[in-house]
Amino acid sequence: MANPLQLEVNGKRYTVKYPGDTPLLYVLRDELGLTGTKYGCGEGQCGACTVLLGGAPRRSCQIPVSAAAGRPITTIEGLEQNGKLHPVQQAFLDAGAFQCAYCTSGMIMSSVGLLKTNPTPTPADIVQGLQGNMCRCGTHPRIVEAVLNAAKLSREPGR
Amino acid sequence: MIKHADKFVPEPERFEFSENPIHKFELARRDFFHLLGAGIAIFTSATHTFAGQETAPQSKSFHPEELPTDISAWLHISEDGAVTGFTGKAEIGQNIRTSLAQTIADELRVPFESVRMVTADTTLTPFDAGTFGSRSTPSMTPEFRRVSAAARDLLVAEAAKKWNVAPTGLVAADGKITDPASHNSASYGELAQGKTLSQVLPADDPTTPPRQWTIAGKEIPKVAARTFVTGAHQYTPDLRVPGMLHGKVLRPPSFGATIVSYDDSAAKTKPGVTLVHDGDFVGVAAPTVHEAQKALDAVKVQWKEVPQISNREIFSYLKQNGAAGSDKHPIKAGSLQDGYAGAAHRLDATYTVEYIAHAPLEPRAALAQWRDGKLTVWTGTQRPFANRDELAATFHVPESSVRVIVPDMGSAYGGKHTSDAALEAARLARAAGRPVKVVWTREEEFTWAYFRPAGVIEVKGAIDSDGKLTAWEFDNYHSGKSGIETPYVVTNQRVEYHAVPLVLRSGSYRGLAATANHFARETHMDALARAAEIDPLAFRVKNLSDARMRAVLEAAAKSFDWPRKKTSDGQGFGLAAGNEKGSYVAACVEIAIDGKGEVKVVRVVEAFECGAIVNPDGLRNQVVGAIIQGLGGALFEAIQFENGHIQNPHFAAYRVPRFRDVPEIEAVLLDRKDIAPAGAGETPIMAIAPAIGNAIFDAIGKRLNTLPLAPKGVEI
Repeated sequence: MANPLQLEVNGKRYTVKYPGDTPLLYVLRDELGLTGTKYGCGEGQCGACTVLLGGAPRRSCQIPVSAAAGRPITTIEGLEQNGKLHPVQQAFLDAGAFQCAYCTSGMIMSSVGLLKTNPTPTPADIVQGLQGNMCRCGTHPRIVEAVLNAAKLSREPGR
Repeated sequence: MIKHADKFVPEPERFEFSENPIHKFELARRDFFHLLGAGIAIFTSATHTFAGQETAPQSKSFHPEELPTDISAWLHISEDGAVTGFTGKAEIGQNIRTSLAQTIADELRVPFESVRMVTADTTLTPFDAGTFGSRSTPSMTPEFRRVSAAARDLLVAEAAKKWNVAPTGLVAADGKITDPASHNSASYGELAQGKTLSQVLPADDPTTPPRQWTIAGKEIPKVAARTFVTGAHQYTPDLRVPGMLHGKVLRPPSFGATIVSYDDSAAKTKPGVTLVHDGDFVGVAAPTVHEAQKALDAVKVQWKEVPQISNREIFSYLKQNGAAGSDKHPIKAGSLQDGYAGAAHRLDATYTVEYIAHAPLEPRAALAQWRDGKLTVWTGTQRPFANRDELAATFHVPESSVRVIVPDMGSAYGGKHTSDAALEAARLARAAGRPVKVVWTREEEFTWAYFRPAGVIEVKGAIDSDGKLTAWEFDNYHSGKSGIETPYVVTNQRVEYHAVPLVLRSGSYRGLAATANHFARETHMDALARAAEIDPLAFRVKNLSDARMRAVLEAAAKSFDWPRKKTSDGQGFGLAAGNEKGSYVAACVEIAIDGKGEVKVVRVVEAFECGAIVNPDGLRNQVVGAIIQGLGGALFEAIQFENGHIQNPHFAAYRVPRFRDVPEIEAVLLDRKDIAPAGAGETPIMAIAPAIGNAIFDAIGKRLNTLPLAPKGVEI
């Protein structure tokens, strides 16, 4: 059996026993029950599995769990604080920026990552930043609008 | 033996599925109250819901069976005033959960928040053929209006009895019945207290006309929207039950391959692993996906493959194998000879459409659990009752022993009609004696689901010196009949569909063949307009008598500012229109072709009209979404296949629209309060491909007759 690995997910520590080459996505979903992170392609092409690893957006289907050990991981479940949605979540909600919403977790995580490095993105920056995230329902214009609004919301006092 | 993926027979005519088994809904009303508690329940008869499930004029021939005459919708009002609507329709992302709840709240006169919808659960909801054909709104909206109006009448009668007054004059509003004379007031919950009242609708009750809607017609946000931004909503792949195993299925190397030798000696030694070999089905259930895959990898199988048609020969194959007389209802009118004789211009052209994939982001998945000989399956399907029937038939259990529950889905676009994942999970679960979840990989999705069929369409058209159509011939080989009939006025015409045996697994897709047929027709109309040197908009209007079609064309043209003058090289403008499934669409498109021949869609204005709008926000989302999805099939989506192998079963090799492909989009929604609501899931996708093709012609003077139009750009 695999050696135990220490994971830090949404501020909580977990010890998991998985082969080190298992994609982080499966450990999050099947072992930790954090199913907000979605499987979409398993090839790093669709972005549905995006999480923050060390604060940067990463495709969890492409990260061996061993490479994620010991570094802070944030999933969609870790964004809401004390019942208050993260500005990006709030902005997606306000804009109704989803249809089936299967891509939404990944979209939100990528957007959170984008705003960390670029707090005042232009629409073109958002298009560039989310190019690796797929939405098959075609909700892209609302997603761009939501991220623009999230940037504004993040700058509001009290956030 | 389990029915395997490649054995499934999809709908022969590509309208929608042809099989429509006779169903009897067996849940007695006594059980109903047992399940939901006391209160008031209203049921409605299904007869007229199912009439019109098929939208084509020739539909009768595809649905010869008698339609079921049992219950189609019901409503329950509990003792605490909670209202629950039950429908066999599924929430796929089209927002039907929200718009049906709006309809009930509107008609019953209760706050929107007090209404809950139970959808697509074969034990709890009435039989439904499936969530397809843009039928959820036009069939379920009137049903829920009728049950809600009847429930309101019943509550008024209860209040009248309670206060010993005449029911006339009592007012139903905001979840209460009040008597303006005595100022008596009782909430619906109070009136339902201690009752087990039920009523089957006797006749058509008058319902609230769209002009008087107060909750329907409004932009109400998606129900439970918060659960989608927090990741809390559980789609089928997210479900877990105690003791659950993960299932994996061994896929053949190509379509139709059969097993010639099988050796699982290396796989069988692994602890905790259940292996199933049943005919050509090989599957594994194991505690983790990883272990299941490892066990499967250890199975040694030799396959016998069969030679098959490939991409390069598909169109000649389709053309040569069209069955004569396969269209039982071809359209034949006037005399084509006369039509061509009087013509000033005649144009003949052949159009082709490649296979494309739905690629819903949530893959096919199912969780199956057997308990005491009864089977429960959670699965993302558009046809829960058909899944139930196939499960019952496959495992030789009565339909009453199978329950199929559909969690709100991660989209489908017509791609989730079949029951393959459900059958696989149930087969593995039965062998393992534990619940099993099967989640398809993206490669399985691209290979073992099914496709929008390829097609060849031959069009011949002629016009007189005034630009009026004099003759029209339209032959569709294989791709389907949806939208095949021309909306333009032409006395002399022949329109015919030619069925061809399936090559790849094929089935429904958003709009079915309407996109292919509109692409061919609207491209041909554009070419005829050019031949006559008439503006494409004026040419269409000249040949139309349908005022609704003219209205969408004019609305789109107005917002787009058609006709526009080109201001740069590579710029082009195109338009297209159509009507299908009771709704109307027109799109105006601006494109730009760069120095390398890459086509960029710059701006789209699309006008859409589907009668009275139930939820403008949800509708706009659907229309914009259809435009963007349609861009993919228009410009670059195509399945590559060779001898039974799918060559591009990955997003890296199968391009779909992404952020950079998305143009500026304006959706112009025409709200016709005088027309009952039609569905909106499909028709908004039809006009975009021909509009883009026509814009490419406008830009470079070259007519492209293939879908996709420009997977590698255009030659300039």
